[in-house]
Amino acid sequence: MGPHYTTIHDEETTWTVQYAIIPRFSQAPLLDNLDPKEKDTMEVTQVLLSAQAIDSTVRKHAEDTLKQFQEQNLPGYLLSLSGELASEEKPVESRKLAGLILKNALDAKEQHRKYELVQRWLSLDVAVKSQIKACLLQTLSSPVPDARSTASQVIAKVAGIELPQKQWPELIGSLLSNIHQVPPHVKQATLETLGYLCEEVVPEVVEQDHVNKILTAVVQGMNANEGNNEVRLSATRALYNALSFAQANFSNDMERDYIMRVVCEATLSPEVKIRQAAFECLVSIGSTYYEKLAPYIQDIFNITSKAVKEDEEPVALQAIEFWSSICDEEIDILEEYGGEFTADSDVPCYYFIKQALPALVPMLLETLLKQEEDQDQDEGAWNLAMAGGTCLGLVARTVGDDIVPLVMPFIEENITKPDWRQREAATYAFGSILEGPSPDKLTPIVNVALNFMLTALTNDPSSHVKDTTAWTLGRIFEFLHGSTVETPIITPANCQQIITVLLQSMKDVPNVAEKACGALYFLAQGYEDLGSSSALTPYFQEIVQSLLNVTHREDAGESRLRTAAYETLNEVVRCSTEETARLVLELVQVIMAELHKTLEAQNLSSDEREKQNELQGLLCGCLQVIIQKLGASDTTKYAFMHYGDQIMNLFIRVFACRSATVHEEAMLAIGAFAYATGPNFAKYMPDFYKYLEMGLQNFEEYQVCAVTVGVVGDICRALEDKILPYCDGIMTQLLKDLSSNQLHRSVKPPIFSSFGDIALAIGENFEKYLMYAMPMLQSAAELSAHTSGADDEMIEYTNLLRNGILEAYSGIFQGFKNSPKTQLLIPYAPHILQFLDSIYMEKDMDDVVMKTAIGVLGDLADTLGSNAGSLIQQSLSSKDFLNECLSSDDHLIKESAEWARLAISRAISV
Amino acid sequence: MATHELRRPFKRPAISDQQRRREISLQRQAQNRRDAQHQARCLASTILTLQPAQYEPAEPDLQLQSETELIPELEIESQEHRRDLRDIDDVRQASRLKGVEARQWFAKQLMLPEWMIDVPERLNTDWYVFARPAGKRCFVVSSNGTTISRLRNGSMLHRFPSALPSGARTSKSSHSGQSYCILDCIFHEPDQTYYVIDMVCWAGMSLYECTTEFRFFWLNSKLVETGACDAPSSYHKFRFSTVPIYNCDQEGLNAAYTGPVPYVKDGLLFCNKHAHYQSGNTPLILVWKDENCSQYVIDTDSKGQVPNKQQVVLELLFDGKLATSDDPPVIFGCLNEDFIQEDCRLGIFSDLLLVMED
Repeated sequence: MGPHYTTIHDEETTWTVQYAIIPRFSQAPLLDNLDPKEKDTMEVTQVLLSAQAIDSTVRKHAEDTLKQFQEQNLPGYLLSLSGELASEEKPVESRKLAGLILKNALDAKEQHRKYELVQRWLSLDVAVKSQIKACLLQTLSSPVPDARSTASQVIAKVAGIELPQKQWPELIGSLLSNIHQVPPHVKQATLETLGYLCEEVVPEVVEQDHVNKILTAVVQGMNANEGNNEVRLSATRALYNALSFAQANFSNDMERDYIMRVVCEATLSPEVKIRQAAFECLVSIGSTYYEKLAPYIQDIFNITSKAVKEDEEPVALQAIEFWSSICDEEIDILEEYGGEFTADSDVPCYYFIKQALPALVPMLLETLLKQEEDQDQDEGAWNLAMAGGTCLGLVARTVGDDIVPLVMPFIEENITKPDWRQREAATYAFGSILEGPSPDKLTPIVNVALNFMLTALTNDPSSHVKDTTAWTLGRIFEFLHGSTVETPIITPANCQQIITVLLQSMKDVPNVAEKACGALYFLAQGYEDLGSSSALTPYFQEIVQSLLNVTHREDAGESRLRTAAYETLNEVVRCSTEETARLVLELVQVIMAELHKTLEAQNLSSDEREKQNELQGLLCGCLQVIIQKLGASDTTKYAFMHYGDQIMNLFIRVFACRSATVHEEAMLAIGAFAYATGPNFAKYMPDFYKYLEMGLQNFEEYQVCAVTVGVVGDICRALEDKILPYCDGIMTQLLKDLSSNQLHRSVKPPIFSSFGDIALAIGENFEKYLMYAMPMLQSAAELSAHTSGADDEMIEYTNLLRNGILEAYSGIFQGFKNSPKTQLLIPYAPHILQFLDSIYMEKDMDDVVMKTAIGVLGDLADTLGSNAGSLIQQSLSSKDFLNECLSSDDHLIKESAEWARLAISRAISV
Repeated sequence: MATHELRRPFKRPAISDQQRRREISLQRQAQNRRDAQHQARCLASTILTLQPAQYEPAEPDLQLQSETELIPELEIESQEHRRDLRDIDDVRQASRLKGVEARQWFAKQLMLPEWMIDVPERLNTDWYVFARPAGKRCFVVSSNGTTISRLRNGSMLHRFPSALPSGARTSKSSHSGQSYCILDCIFHEPDQTYYVIDMVCWAGMSLYECTTEFRFFWLNSKLVETGACDAPSSYHKFRFSTVPIYNCDQEGLNAAYTGPVPYVKDGLLFCNKHAHYQSGNTPLILVWKDENCSQYVIDTDSKGQVPNKQQVVLELLFDGKLATSDDPPVIFGCLNEDFIQEDCRLGIFSDLLLVMED
């Protein structure tokens, strides 16, 4: 079909272009254009074709025309597009684009926009929607594959909107009736549609009878006696999405046996795409239905090991992935139960990996020898060796010590071979099994291997081998070096040699140097909790200098070498001791000079600007770490504060360059700086405030917004009531953020917490914000009180939200304490107590929420005193909840509860 | 169809350093928030909320407020007077207070003795006695890596690093604000030592509602452990010391009255063993002074001569009474109301110090 020239993209990959041309809501009369005139459709075809023209002016004009059409008459526009898609007389290009635009009119990646589109569709006239849906269903029978495929995606999008609303009840029935039609292409398109449909809607909105029928249709389509490969492929892909609907069917032995048989048979299909899709189903079954797998695991092992050995790479990768995902499952189960199983455990561990170990490990080791030449330079590479090594690492974490004797012979046999592939595979195998087995098991081996590794890193002729060797050293330091390890791997005798080799390696090719930086990172980390003296102290200056040299390498942009060097520098600083505080202080000046240099550059190309932003981010990150380090001790903080004005000035200038990542890093650094500076930070507020506000406004880049919200808290604690002049602006922005549908939900809990920070800082001056903040807190509290039916992720978020709300209440109560204005809070007390009672009843709060919640009870009693005495006594929280917290094992909860008890006893005794 | 993207991290650490920086920041912020909240609660539940009932009779306070409306000059005073109850909801804030606010706040927190004018019952079994060091009575607050001492009048005496919990920013001390301390001390100039005469909070734990017996036991066992009694060093600028405490039997009384101590004595303090620490004057602490155990019985001039006239500086209380600034104050007399009202126009009002000659 050749290249397509169109700026209209699939919404799911990019929405920015479309965003501009779709208006919010159309006010066009609904029924005028129900029957689009011939002339209109002619025009639409032409416009759609022009929208894909090579000439950009033609394209632009066509897009404008489409936009106008849509703005003037949305129903007519959508009808024309669906008519275009359905019409067999139209060229395939215009039909496809019509379908794509329709799809984009129904869904978007961005939540707020998605919501708008859903509402817009729901508010369309029923007759219009029926006609569009009829066109779509009709297109499934089209002889043109692209038209069918596009239609099936659009149908799924409409179903995603309508099925939860209990609309379009006849859809699934009419799709299923298609299955029995003779032309295979109709069957294929229908199966594809069912697959997309299962991806779009949640299982709850499809009744079990329909689920059964869908699964029957899909599994029949996958069956070996289905003669048409296209049908079989679509059915297999559809099953992948339909698996999450099959809970009931997987609980039924016969149905499950049947599904498993069909999937396993499909993995043997002569068609590679079908085999790949079938393995993808197996991977998904492995994690979704782990507990049902026992009867099939032997067969699956045979199928997967055959595929790993013989099949084409895309298939073999999926076969390895099956075992990786079984490892994931067993690691989770073992972590959750700590190895203690009873018959009552929710999900038992079947130890599939342990049982398969003697056969699984050799299979994986073999894959390690299938490296690609340039895999270390290629960021996106993913091949058999990489997947196999990754799986081996997961196996080691699953079974621990048992893997060691199975891997050691492979390492010993290959590590000295002349072929680099063998040496690299042996090293990679060693590096992969360092996490999981006990230090007792590994330490003796590592003690022998360490010297060998250091020599290889210096002398091996292959940079593949050096790359993996440096990575393995990093893994050794990560898992076997540190204050918690009993027998140290690194001794005064070998420390110097290790450092010398690593620093030397940092001059090697970029990918090797990057891994050497990584190894040094973990080497430094091991000395983190060692207190006043570190074995790295004598080398501190040399290490810092070498890392700075790396950052200046011409090729530091490759293999993310510069980033790795700065990150290692950060860790070296974090783990440094008082002995080297003077050197860290000198480093401040160096980093400041570097940052200053980035600000001098002018007239940058967009590429250069991006590099400048990245570098500024790294430098601000480094300063953040240094500030936190030096700010932690009075003597160093005092010395560091000499640079306070200069540093702050640099941060302000970095902000002036404006870029999201830099913005975030500089903001993080300023948080640390404000905390270290304390009340003196007030003098920077006039210059800094506008960037604080900008950060709070940046809800598109929610990380920036979240970080800035955290900084608001830092500044509150640093400035206390001196923050008052800025509070109107800050509160306005925070309230706006909360009301925005576009703000990422993860930022909302910290915003609530920051209300508490502000109230604690400015006390009763918070009065004027109560009328805005309290209703928001109240409605968020109502939303988060109940979690019934939510999944784990939702419960986790709900708890974060509750904690934020409760921290806000705490700060507000404590802020108002002993003020004549405490009575302003009395009207809110019943609701707050009710909130505490209902989250207590819900029984799903985590320890953090429990601690904050019982603290709020105390704060309420403390601040309102006898005014709330009887309310408190009536609340469940003051009895059962309090007692539960008083007898908690968590000392933070207990401490808060003791405080609450004291405060309550005072409040009710008066 | 969502094709399975298998992008597990390959030869890379699972989290980036940037993510770590974010997480470390969040942890620090959460810890700081907890500390601020905890401090707000602690001080509140120990010092502040215990005092209004016993130290602030409601009526005079109202009176003062109503005066505010009439006499603008009074506004600053009374506002601060009200604010102090709200503002000082954590140690760090209290330690930063200045001037009138600090004086009002700190003066209210100290437990003040009454003069011993008769012998309490069960003196020999229920009371302790010790020789009071001469010097500046102060509160020592260690929190957040620094130690601040404040005199009775609220002015800061020293700001210094100490070996008290959270008293200095050293690598070994916990920076958690949860471990602040409040000690009732006397700073003894000649040997530059803080003599700890009572312990109000220790390592974040309130001793307010503990008996004297327990507080003294805790004081004697905990203070030494921290190294606060060691000689000064770079992270420990002043030495702290306990004082020898005796039971009030004959032997104990004798030891306290005549026994050698490394400091200049200023009277004897008697403490009831069952008393809780409470702000303001209490008959459960008594002070005795005579020329044998205190040098501050009669004024001398700079040459040590007793002058012709004894001067006394008296404080004019808001009800017109004149009192000494002794610890405890002694009421000497009362100014008549006409005099006060007349002089109000001249700017005389409560808290004024008057110099009287005999």
